[in-house]
Amino acid sequence: MDSPAHDVLILGGGGAGLRAAIAVAQSAPELRVAVLSKVYPMRSHTVSAEGGAAGVVAKDDSLDEHAYDTISGGDWLCDQDAVESFVRAAPQELTQLEHWGCPWSRDASGHIAVRAFGGMRKMRTWFAADKTGFHLLHTLFQTTLQYDSIHRYDEWFATRLLIDDGRVQGVVAIDASTGRIQAITAHAVILCTGGCGRVFPFTTNANIKNGDGMSLAWRAGAPLKDMEFVQYHPTGLPFTGILITEAARAEGGYLINKDGYRYLQDYDLGTPQLKPVLRSMELGPRDRLSQAFVHEQAKGRTIPSPHGDIVHLDLRHLGEDVINARLPFIRELCLKYQNLDPVTELIPVRPVVHYMMGGVHTNNEGATPLPGLYAAGEVACVSINGANRLGSNSLPELLVFGARAGLAAADYARSAHPPSDHVEAQAADEIRRLHTLLHRKGGRRIADIRVRMQSAMESGAGIFRDAKTLCDAANEIAELQSADVSLDDHSLTFNTEWIAALELSFMLDVAQAIVHSALSREESRGAHQRTDFPARDDSRYLAHTLIYHRHGDAPRVDYLPVTITRWPPGQRVYGR
Amino acid sequence: MPELVNLEVFRYSPEHTPEPRFQKFQVPYNKEWVVLDALNYIKDRTDGSLSFRWSCRMGICGSCGVLINGEPKLSCATFLPSKSSKPIRIEPLRHFPVIRDLIVHIGDFMTKLKKVKPWIIRTNESPLSEGEFLQTPDEMERYHQFSHCINCMLCYAACPIYGLDPLFAGPAAIALAQRYNNDSRDQGAARRMPILSSHDGIWACTFVGECTQVCPKHVDPAAAIQQYKLTAALHSLKSVIAPRGAA
Repeated sequence: MDSPAHDVLILGGGGAGLRAAIAVAQSAPELRVAVLSKVYPMRSHTVSAEGGAAGVVAKDDSLDEHAYDTISGGDWLCDQDAVESFVRAAPQELTQLEHWGCPWSRDASGHIAVRAFGGMRKMRTWFAADKTGFHLLHTLFQTTLQYDSIHRYDEWFATRLLIDDGRVQGVVAIDASTGRIQAITAHAVILCTGGCGRVFPFTTNANIKNGDGMSLAWRAGAPLKDMEFVQYHPTGLPFTGILITEAARAEGGYLINKDGYRYLQDYDLGTPQLKPVLRSMELGPRDRLSQAFVHEQAKGRTIPSPHGDIVHLDLRHLGEDVINARLPFIRELCLKYQNLDPVTELIPVRPVVHYMMGGVHTNNEGATPLPGLYAAGEVACVSINGANRLGSNSLPELLVFGARAGLAAADYARSAHPPSDHVEAQAADEIRRLHTLLHRKGGRRIADIRVRMQSAMESGAGIFRDAKTLCDAANEIAELQSADVSLDDHSLTFNTEWIAALELSFMLDVAQAIVHSALSREESRGAHQRTDFPARDDSRYLAHTLIYHRHGDAPRVDYLPVTITRWPPGQRVYGR
Repeated sequence: MPELVNLEVFRYSPEHTPEPRFQKFQVPYNKEWVVLDALNYIKDRTDGSLSFRWSCRMGICGSCGVLINGEPKLSCATFLPSKSSKPIRIEPLRHFPVIRDLIVHIGDFMTKLKKVKPWIIRTNESPLSEGEFLQTPDEMERYHQFSHCINCMLCYAACPIYGLDPLFAGPAAIALAQRYNNDSRDQGAARRMPILSSHDGIWACTFVGECTQVCPKHVDPAAAIQQYKLTAALHSLKSVIAPRGAA
């Protein structure tokens, strides 16, 4: 077969994908790099990140403190070598974004300003008001436009990885606007497709977050890691699931129950103070705050709403000036989508699925166990996030590991061989499969299956789980996986239903991986809380879950020891 | 009997509905629903072939712009009107080629965006080890508003000039160029000038101001264009006085 179409093909045009593309274009201008994304890059979900990006910059801060906060926040499931290299690289990546034009908020002298964030003992979160992800994504996207060596496939949808002789050699993808299906070959592929929040019914995640890359890698034989660790953000707007950033609490917001009481003080998170205290109360880690909500609900101290019980986030005492300067987007979102003004009114909030700690197993350079396949950002699990990610670590993560994966893939691509004719046969198989799906009639509606999957995941694998709820969810997911979907739309031109059917099958894979990983881990750690195994068990589970796909059979689970360098497992202490 | 809302949705498919038409749908009224929720209700339950773009549902990804009763709007940020006697008419953004139903082709904008060089241009690079460029809040204020563009294309759908002259760079692209021109870290204004001050750059704009009216992020592209006209006019005066650019 001829030489491949690209040296490096990146799936996903969000923060990780664009950072990887720039890394390739700058370090190896001779390489042909491409970004394939199912949406125009500036639509990617990085755009929705609000609060900020952590990187040590203040004089009173240190890399070790950022590392310790991350590791204890992750309940000792982080690989400490990865965390150490991550915190070292983060400030430089954030400075690089500044040089590319990111409008980071400043102090009066013109230096980068930093704010407090949950679980962080020092102020180290860089921010662009409360639209950090938006500015970061547009800065990266606009920066890529100057590199002619970056080719883009906008609104293309990858359906399968091509594998030859054990090596990843490209993808099969659909051009959404025409329905044309094409094999796109490459020496190396980098997955930067983000997370999978849409597996659950109530999520901050955009409609496009369907675990595409996780499923593509899994089907191709790469293991997924730590998939049982699903982060619930404590403050989402009811009904829409719109994120109300942790920065709202970092600026001084209170979480109160139906009696106006700051209930977090009852859950070993410290004592209430007027001003925010680092690593205390509302600035505790997300897993502990979301769990506290469920306990508060059990005590009957939450407030019923048409969309589930809620508590209130109170920003009124911050005043209009602070809210406008530091949280303008939160005010806009409340006004536009909840019809209330946080300057004078309480914001109803409840925990909402937000982030996947788990993902495709990679090493510190972004390489997966499959030769030629790399991953970075939320789709990947290095792991620096362990059992619970700290807010503001995901944006620097996608920059640091996006850049590294780009460099590693470029290196690999230089010495790789062209694919054999074998990939053409695989592509032909895939084209047949996709056309069969396109013409399918007489099955169940996509939305019906999706709603059932989401409800099974919420009741079976939510904030608290046990063997029974997880088994029920596993059975339901298995049944849904064998159901036939039918399409109303059989045309080739921008067929969003065809793509939704493929996304649904990706989500069912991811749901299966989450449920089986959770069933296997008989302990409670971070965001994985088993009511039948309420304690952390380091003797059995100071280890990453690796889950492998098996066609027509339950997945296989294995464990990989956590890398500990300098911080032996200890107690997570907040507010005292 | 729950209250119902009537919608008239533009349909076009080159394969199956080559003659554009409006299709009527009824959805239940729900005070929390935006127009996008109604479209998803139809797609999930009634007609899976109805085609539209959406993603974040929080007004920041810029995907879901359509015409609602003739006005360019984000469908995720427009609540369903209650007790509306007239049907709500939903159409694709005007001035763009329609691919399918409510989905338009925005390739023209993507080409124009790249042409205005929307990235930091430096004549002297400084290494990362020297830290960040200092930028005071006042300096940031000079470009910040223009940096909020979400590329939703509502301004192009509102701009009568773009409708008449497809070569016009258009409001968002000019605002983003000016976003970099006004940034204290940027040294690329001279390189953007040939594109911006050409006939199809700012001068095509007759200052109708519709772009600013419809912008969901208060970017005010009309102000960017007016600002740049002044810059370009001063530059051309100076080039009369000092033709070799000595000024």
